[in-house]
Amino acid sequence: MLRKSLPSPSRLRPEAIHKTNNNTEKVLRMSNENFEPKIVGFMCNWCSYRAADLAGSARIKYPPNVRIIRVMCSGRMDPAFVTKALALGADGVMLAGCHPGECHYIDQNYKAMRRYHMLKHMLKALGIEDERVRLFWRSAAEGEQLAEAITDFVGDIKKLGPLKWDDNWEESDERLKALEAIVKEHEEAMEVN
Amino acid sequence: MAERVGVYVCHCGSNIAGTVDVEEVARWAGENIKDVVVAKDYKFMCSSLGQAMIEEDIKKEKLTRVVVGACSPHLHEKTFRTACKNAGLNPYLFDMTNLREHVSWVCNDKEAGTAKAKALIAGSAERVKFQQPLEPSYVDVHPATLIVGGGITGLQAALELADAGHPVYLVERSPSVGGHMAQFDKTFPTLDCSACILTPKMSEAGQHENITLLTYSELEEVSGSVGKFKVKIRKKARYVVEKDCTGCGICTEKCPRKVVDEDFEAGLGYRKAIYSPFPQAVPRIPVIDVENCTYFQRGKCKVCSKVCPTNAIDYEQQDEIIEVEVGNIILATGWKLFDTKKVPQYGYGRLANVYTNMEFERLCNAAGPTGGKIVLRDGKTEPKSVAIIHCVGSRDVNHNAHCSAVCCMAALKFGHLILEKTDAEVYSFYIDMRTNQKAYEEFYQRLLEEGMHFVRGKVAEVTDAARNPDEQGKLIVQAEDTLLGKQRRVPVDMVVLMGAIEPQEDAKDLGLKCGISCSMAGWYTERHPKLDPVATMTDGVFVAGTCQGAKDIPACVAQGAAAAARVQGMITKGKVMIEPIVASINEDACSGCRICNNLCPYNAIEYDAEKEVSRVISSMCKGCGTCVAACPAGVITGAHFNNQQIFSQIEGVLWDAKPAGGNGGAAEESSEPEPVAS
Repeated sequence: MLRKSLPSPSRLRPEAIHKTNNNTEKVLRMSNENFEPKIVGFMCNWCSYRAADLAGSARIKYPPNVRIIRVMCSGRMDPAFVTKALALGADGVMLAGCHPGECHYIDQNYKAMRRYHMLKHMLKALGIEDERVRLFWRSAAEGEQLAEAITDFVGDIKKLGPLKWDDNWEESDERLKALEAIVKEHEEAMEVN
Repeated sequence: MAERVGVYVCHCGSNIAGTVDVEEVARWAGENIKDVVVAKDYKFMCSSLGQAMIEEDIKKEKLTRVVVGACSPHLHEKTFRTACKNAGLNPYLFDMTNLREHVSWVCNDKEAGTAKAKALIAGSAERVKFQQPLEPSYVDVHPATLIVGGGITGLQAALELADAGHPVYLVERSPSVGGHMAQFDKTFPTLDCSACILTPKMSEAGQHENITLLTYSELEEVSGSVGKFKVKIRKKARYVVEKDCTGCGICTEKCPRKVVDEDFEAGLGYRKAIYSPFPQAVPRIPVIDVENCTYFQRGKCKVCSKVCPTNAIDYEQQDEIIEVEVGNIILATGWKLFDTKKVPQYGYGRLANVYTNMEFERLCNAAGPTGGKIVLRDGKTEPKSVAIIHCVGSRDVNHNAHCSAVCCMAALKFGHLILEKTDAEVYSFYIDMRTNQKAYEEFYQRLLEEGMHFVRGKVAEVTDAARNPDEQGKLIVQAEDTLLGKQRRVPVDMVVLMGAIEPQEDAKDLGLKCGISCSMAGWYTERHPKLDPVATMTDGVFVAGTCQGAKDIPACVAQGAAAAARVQGMITKGKVMIEPIVASINEDACSGCRICNNLCPYNAIEYDAEKEVSRVISSMCKGCGTCVAACPAGVITGAHFNNQQIFSQIEGVLWDAKPAGGNGGAAEESSEPEPVAS
């Protein structure tokens, strides 16, 4: 393990304040201004990682919050990678692959898409805002668009604030519905013919 | 035993060092990341001195893992893998961190850049500890090559390879090779006769001992991978036995059924139901167009069979599937013309004397339907004035964003031919005049001198609604002359629309068969737009000519030759390396659920019914890892991208993250790790 001690719990809980008191919204916004989210980006080797390379070659500037991990295909995306990243303190996870129909591995990005939707239900069921994970399609030629996607995503995560799992944890219909959706989608994914 | 990791951070001159404090990153890595025993920064890691430094450290410091933070792995991963290999370390025990394209070039702020660089280095250093030595495999390269598309690009590539002594299968879907170039009259800017320079290449390809010509055939299926593709080709039934046909042409002459030729004559001329597209066709064997043949439609006629001196007509012929094995594939499938009816304001299909560029090519051609006479649709009147409209369907956000690259020059060529053959005035309505190749600008100057009129402005409308007696019975071209700054109405007899060059409609399907991708517009994607224009992301599949983007004949020929050179290199080398990045299944732990079976697009997972387990056929696996992520039991391992490696990398890149909302206050806190509690 790299981290040599446990992180200290944070004192500010902007979202909790947000719910109860309008006056403290300012406090929240100020704290969010300082908030630099940590985001993990999983990008496929053939399209999105190269799009990021292209953004670099073209010297397009974007926020430094996304730390890119290369996988061969967006189809390699194990939902466990996302939950692991969130558990380790990532405030958001960005997934990016080739455009539908343009996958280097023919159609594996569709499988990523399938998992992505399932994962979103799962996150909701766990009480995590599902906007913290987003899937993008960016081809190797779309450096500018990838930079744009990163900029937008970082901005949206900043608005969401830090991932505060415990605050969001409450029994609600939303969570129940999400759970049902998982079961339904899972049935489909388990089909073997 | 703990691993001994070496971390090397490259300055790349000031490319990385400009926005990343590389010394600090190296110092930090050495002090804070577990198992890092060497951490250095250096001006240019990829230089021979930089590589020598790594090699020396591997030997002296007994490094078991190496991390280099420099440019994108797509550039120098191979370089450093080789360095590791030279020092006796398995090349797959190395990982590259992308500090240039993903950090220094996209960050403004040095502090943020340095922090991001630290995170990425930490990710690599954590990951590399779990990497395993892998051995690439080698496969023999089959000397034969498949070329799809028999236009000028495919012909050039085929002849280059065949002349070098390698067998070539040239597949063309129309009855003859030649492609669009066979339809043209003259080629710009030299004005050589298109047929005169093309037909020698066509007949050479037809007669070459190393070229197997498969015309009227289409690619059905491709399996296998670089070095050894198995290809199924559908040879469509011609209803003419090739080995018996002498190409005498009597059947075509006697055939009673006349059909409008929509392909070769662009709808301006006729052909018979049994036909060869043009007199110089290669091969000279006709085909029967079943949809228009009287015998096939009504069961009576058989004139061709009666007149054939060698009894070569066979009405019972069936499509044939030919299977061949090749080492490499070149796609040279060309382009199609934009449907100019999609721009209704220009009146094509509604106003008789509006022509497309392809129709006009046939009109100019001495072998065309009018014998080379430029006339109106009535077939006899010579136009007194002609307007040529550029950029119809190209450089237009409603249709194609791209520039079709050849239309300006083709329009100038048309202008020259009209001025040469008729007394007409010629007006060119252009947006920008693009004449940027050898001798092109000179040709433009020549046309200016010859008296062609140029109006800079996109045409709003072509109409036959006259506003004054001068316009009566004419086509009026309405455009803003942006150089004069006013509207102009130019009455003309004939309008030629320079339709865009578009990707073939089925380019995507063919690309999928061969495992390569297209851009959104439908052009094939090359490996690198500048440095690797004919290779693709799939090893052993190359692209050339207009299927990769609009270009003129010289560029097509150059790309055809370039693709052939690349293939020759592969054949001469004889062997090709296959990355060992494949999946494998722990059969002892596999439950035989078969979820992975249907996920593999390459059918690389087979099910052993006896043992009730699934198994990966590693020679067919391309290493995407989809099955690895899907296995509910987690018993599929993706080499070089296994779960442990990726989990460790996640831990690494998040070394400074604080779970449960801790990142909110991170800006004020120090990014140095907190002291270890005793």
